Amino acid sequence: MSALATLIPETTTAGGFLLVLALVLPLAGVFAALILGGCNARRVAMLTIPLGLALAVAIGVELVQTGQTVIYLLGGWAPPLGIALRADGLSAAMLLTTTVVLLGVALFARDDFETPENLREARAPFMFWTLLMAVWGALNAVFLAGDLFTLYVALELLTFAGVPLVSLEGHSETLRAALRYLLFALLGSVLYMLGAVLLYGAYGTLDIAILAERVRPGMLCFAAVALMTVGLLAKTALFPLHLWLPPAHAGAPAAASAVLSALVVKGSWFLVVRLWFDVMPGVVTFSAAQLLGGLGSAAIVVGSVVALRQERLKLLVAYSTMAQIGYLFLMFPLAFDVSGNGPVHGFALAGGLLQVISHATAKAGMFMAAGLIYAALGHDRIADLAGVARTMPITVLAFALAGLALMGVVPSGAYLAKKLLLDAADGSGQWWWTIVLQGGAVFTAGYVVLVLASVLRRRSEPLLLVSRVSRLSELVALALSAGSLLLALAALGPVPGEFVSSSFAPKEMGVLLVVFLGGSLLASGLSRRSLLGAAGANAGVMRRIAAGVGESFELADGVIRRWQFASISLLMLAILFGGALVWGAPPS
Amino acid sequence: MNMAPLVDGSLVVLILAVAIWTIAVRDSFAAVVGYAIYGLMLALAWVRLAAIDAALTEAAIGGGLTGVLLIRAAVRLRPTESVVAGDSPAWFVKALAAVLAGAVSLALAVVVLTLPEPAPTLAPQVAEHIASTGLGNAVTAVLLAFRATDTLLEAVVLVFALIAVWSLAPDRFWGGRPGQHYHLEANGMLAYLARLLPPLGIVVAIYVFWVGADLPGGKFQAGTLLAAMWLLAIMAGLTDVPEVRLVWVRIALVTGSAVFLIIGFAGVPFAGAFLAYPEGYAKPLILIIEAASMLSIAVTLALLVLGPPERRGQS
Repeated sequence: MSALATLIPETTTAGGFLLVLALVLPLAGVFAALILGGCNARRVAMLTIPLGLALAVAIGVELVQTGQTVIYLLGGWAPPLGIALRADGLSAAMLLTTTVVLLGVALFARDDFETPENLREARAPFMFWTLLMAVWGALNAVFLAGDLFTLYVALELLTFAGVPLVSLEGHSETLRAALRYLLFALLGSVLYMLGAVLLYGAYGTLDIAILAERVRPGMLCFAAVALMTVGLLAKTALFPLHLWLPPAHAGAPAAASAVLSALVVKGSWFLVVRLWFDVMPGVVTFSAAQLLGGLGSAAIVVGSVVALRQERLKLLVAYSTMAQIGYLFLMFPLAFDVSGNGPVHGFALAGGLLQVISHATAKAGMFMAAGLIYAALGHDRIADLAGVARTMPITVLAFALAGLALMGVVPSGAYLAKKLLLDAADGSGQWWWTIVLQGGAVFTAGYVVLVLASVLRRRSEPLLLVSRVSRLSELVALALSAGSLLLALAALGPVPGEFVSSSFAPKEMGVLLVVFLGGSLLASGLSRRSLLGAAGANAGVMRRIAAGVGESFELADGVIRRWQFASISLLMLAILFGGALVWGAPPS
Repeated sequence: MNMAPLVDGSLVVLILAVAIWTIAVRDSFAAVVGYAIYGLMLALAWVRLAAIDAALTEAAIGGGLTGVLLIRAAVRLRPTESVVAGDSPAWFVKALAAVLAGAVSLALAVVVLTLPEPAPTLAPQVAEHIASTGLGNAVTAVLLAFRATDTLLEAVVLVFALIAVWSLAPDRFWGGRPGQHYHLEANGMLAYLARLLPPLGIVVAIYVFWVGADLPGGKFQAGTLLAAMWLLAIMAGLTDVPEVRLVWVRIALVTGSAVFLIIGFAGVPFAGAFLAYPEGYAKPLILIIEAASMLSIAVTLALLVLGPPERRGQS
């Protein structure tokens, strides 16, 4: 055993201590908030999050300068006996994205969650700021941990920090959503744990790096990968395991939805990436990756169509998250070659990572904009949003930019991501994913156009606002959306320049036009109300057929999101993944 | 005269039977009781596997504390029981679920049988390095030295869970006392027990904590015992739950993790790494961490059982 362990000579690297600080800082923040009390919780968060941003930048710089994974051996004990913290490019990028989005959320929610003057502590503000730091600490643990059991504990931290954010407002509806989320997330944890236990039983270590050296394809590894993947998918809310996501993300306060949608679901997604590409690259198969990509495509189609059927803005954005989660799983098949010799990465990993970053920023901006509209109007019925663009131009601009960023318009991060993934699809000979990648943008355009058409409509009588929204919050939403839209420029350093063309190049304009036209068609066909108001009421047979299609998708989603169906899907997927791994395995 | 196979065989059958009964029974109170018994049976199984530490934890947490927590929940859910009972899935859904669950279990069973014999283990490495920690109990050495970070994070999980429970409080009761008020029945059986048992329980808890360094036991089991004693006194009406806004409550919650962190950081200059212990000081430092954690665990677990604030404190 010890001979094997020495195969990987590992020591703490120069900047390793930064990882400890990044792990501990948010937790120390939670403790400080508990002791100092509610009125100081916000101050603690406002102090620690910028510090955390500096730490994330420092880790990134360390990584780029040394060109090596940053490692810290906790307690000085080397794995497999001890546990190590590790930060590679993937973790560093996620750490940075998380702190940037959290900083945005903290600034956005500064006034919403203020402890009333006459109180020492009030529930909602105390909870919000404490949980914000708790989510942060949990995510940092997920990104840095190098051990399957530490990761399990990190996932539990993430669950317990994320669930109460859903029910922050305390209505019975949101409590029900939170409970669903809790139960399904715990079910996911159990499956993950089961897989980890099997691996420990077979290989005597939980350390990711050592495990990667030792695993061999076989029944045991297939079972472990299938269980862990499905458990993590339940936590990520990938179709058809998304029963908890729409009510949870739509019911939470805007700032909390932004955190849940932009960051929390990415924690478990990140672990699937780690598991497939870092621990089990020799075990996962082409066919299992196709299954994962297939679920992603189904998520895009169902999520987008049901988003188009929504009457409330926050639910529309929540369903759009469901569709965007589907996108994040397209990188898995594209990292494989059709010849089926295990993952070859190529540009697919970079594309997936870029997608996750652009989605995190754009979705946070979009939920913030939706929340501001709700706060100002006292409702978020899409049909009654006429005149909003005139009264809240910054918020509407934030929503529009987030929409464009999600659609993958040049020079957004999603554009570059799509480009990289298309390239991977070409390179690996998997043309069918090209259709999904291009079609997804059309769907996204659909629900963005639907909302914009409503907010841009003129209104005869003046719009009554129930409250004034803070300018700072509007600007934060705008900044996050704009950041996502300009991400490709920032990412140009590590990516070859020929990937990004000018937004005004004829080819890009053409694609944009097609995407918009297709989106408008989808929106006018599938939405509940005609896009053009009364004029479209007698549009005839086509519209009725489209409405029927939309309705059947909605019905199907309702069935899929029932407990019984979701639980059976969970078991079925475990079996399917097991089958795809066994069936696709190269003959030994 | 070898009784072992017979004992083990009946234990396995009993565990499976209780598990099936827990799932099959319709009444949630009965299911909860089944689950608590299931936890105790599992503890026995751990004893048979010579994993006394796991057995103690399973009995204290799985059988005891989770049992109390679930029983309280089941009692609260009584009024809604009949509504939920009417919402039973169709037979083919049940059949499908059973087939799928059976298939997954079967696959797992096959996989478990393929696990290598003897199982690869880190035990030799633990034995090799345990001397440097000054501890005698390998489990404690793993939990507090080799994998100390996991233990630290698990303590944080408990705190997060309590925050999550507290978040369910109605706004008007925020900062108040959790749970209902228990009236003291001065001559009742419960009050009698609540006066008799805690002194014993506290002594046993301290013993379990102390021997944990060298023998099975430790802070988690001891903390659970302390929590149980405190809960007993509260439920008998001898004392009331503190208001959650009180600073000492908050300090009690985080002391364990804070001490852990401070000693962890002290390890950087004095022992060369975060959560490393200087040569020769490992055991006393670990005992300090365990003592602080035991108190925090006791307070956290008891408050977890008592639930979110439901009464206004006098302010």
